[in-house]
Amino acid sequence: QSLGPLIKSPLSIGESQTPYKAVTTYNNFYELGTDKEDPAQNTHRLKPAPWTLRIEGLVNKPQTIGIEQLLKLVPLEERIYRMRCVEGWSMVIPWVGIPLASLLKLADPQGSAKYVEFISHYDKATMTRGVLDWPYNEGLRLDEARNPLTILAVGLYGEVLPVQNGAPVRLVVPWKYGFKGAKSLVAIRLLEKQPSTAWMKAGPSEYGFYANVNPEVDHPRWSQATERRIGEFTKRKTLMFNGYADQVASMYSGMDLRRYF
Amino acid sequence: MTPSNSQLATIKTVLFALCLIPAFLLWRSFEMDSLGANPIEAITRNTGEWTLRFLLITLCVTPLRKYSGWHWVVRLRRMLGLFAFAYGAAHLSTYLWLDQFFDWQAIAKDILKRPFITVGFAALVLMTPLALTSSNFAIRKLGGRRWQSLHRAIYPIAMLGCIHFWWLVKKDVTEPLIYSVILAVLLGLRAWWRELERRKQLAGSYLQQPRFEGKVIKIFAK
Repeated sequence: QSLGPLIKSPLSIGESQTPYKAVTTYNNFYELGTDKEDPAQNTHRLKPAPWTLRIEGLVNKPQTIGIEQLLKLVPLEERIYRMRCVEGWSMVIPWVGIPLASLLKLADPQGSAKYVEFISHYDKATMTRGVLDWPYNEGLRLDEARNPLTILAVGLYGEVLPVQNGAPVRLVVPWKYGFKGAKSLVAIRLLEKQPSTAWMKAGPSEYGFYANVNPEVDHPRWSQATERRIGEFTKRKTLMFNGYADQVASMYSGMDLRRYF
Repeated sequence: MTPSNSQLATIKTVLFALCLIPAFLLWRSFEMDSLGANPIEAITRNTGEWTLRFLLITLCVTPLRKYSGWHWVVRLRRMLGLFAFAYGAAHLSTYLWLDQFFDWQAIAKDILKRPFITVGFAALVLMTPLALTSSNFAIRKLGGRRWQSLHRAIYPIAMLGCIHFWWLVKKDVTEPLIYSVILAVLLGLRAWWRELERRKQLAGSYLQQPRFEGKVIKIFAK
């Protein structure tokens, strides 16, 4: 299902795109199974329509918006981004989405709001049990959430987002490891304090709140110095902030990125 | 039932072909490009799982012999153990070549710094002397007793294999758990046999047998 004409973004990169088939059959979406092939095979377990997204917490205009409304909020943009998984592989994906900042503006965050929490859909009747502390959640600092690179994706390759990629709406933060991109969002909550996240709860020594792509800070189980671009034979060097340092490095100036991993 | 030598040769040939099936299927998937988006990861995983499976199958031989009375099955054990080593070697080669592309510095760092790679590598290193001494010549040279104690290294090797798998998964430990439970049963059986043997000795049942001349032969840990 095509999403119609899209605005090309100057934030897109020119690297060759990972084939649609790989993007939609090699997924980490534990609610639909823990093997990479599972989510594509279990799409029937998640119904992406009808769908609503709540914006709540420290906002002046809390609201619930339907997915149709979200698609019409601002013109849809194509954003071709690198996606780097903490497991050491990467893709280049042509997302379709809207800047998260435009949605936040709509809800009018209060002055005390410092963090944004993202909460994924979880249905215990149909989805995997007991792997993580469901529902899946993630978090960003408010300035990270407002960064022009941060989008809510509603599609890829010009079409509606497939279930296995987090339909109907997911977070995409291209300078962070892929797990930060919470899928199938049901709520966005503005908070004063930093929230704990699903992976932080599962392995506090392995997954931090920031999770910025950083070749110099190893994961305890994987070196992060190199990555395998899906479809390529040899590994390539991982870039600082996944190649987005120019747009994001200033947000972390003065921070010890080993400590805030 | 005890097969004749020619029957055993046939059984060995069939078993050899069966043991090659996983390698054949993997090769065919590779040829047909059906290993998914990340074929190198798929090959690494597949060869690793078969290494562990063959280790467990090898450890099934003794219980099978004991409970079925088919003493001849022990003559299949060497082949099974060597297949475990062969799949292990393929697993390590995939990592060294396809995954790391012989980047020795990165490999050394991995082995030293990532506990799951440390134990997996240790398991393969420990398997090597076992594979090298899997010949009648080596048994004669070492002497049965020494050969046997060397080959008991398969117990820690299989444990390291399970730990390697356990530590490498991110969160869902179902599969490593299954392998670990099977290994625990196989090792538990051996511990139980030892315990039975110990009790038998303590009960003095051997003492009545004159060929031991009244001495208790210690068979447990020295």
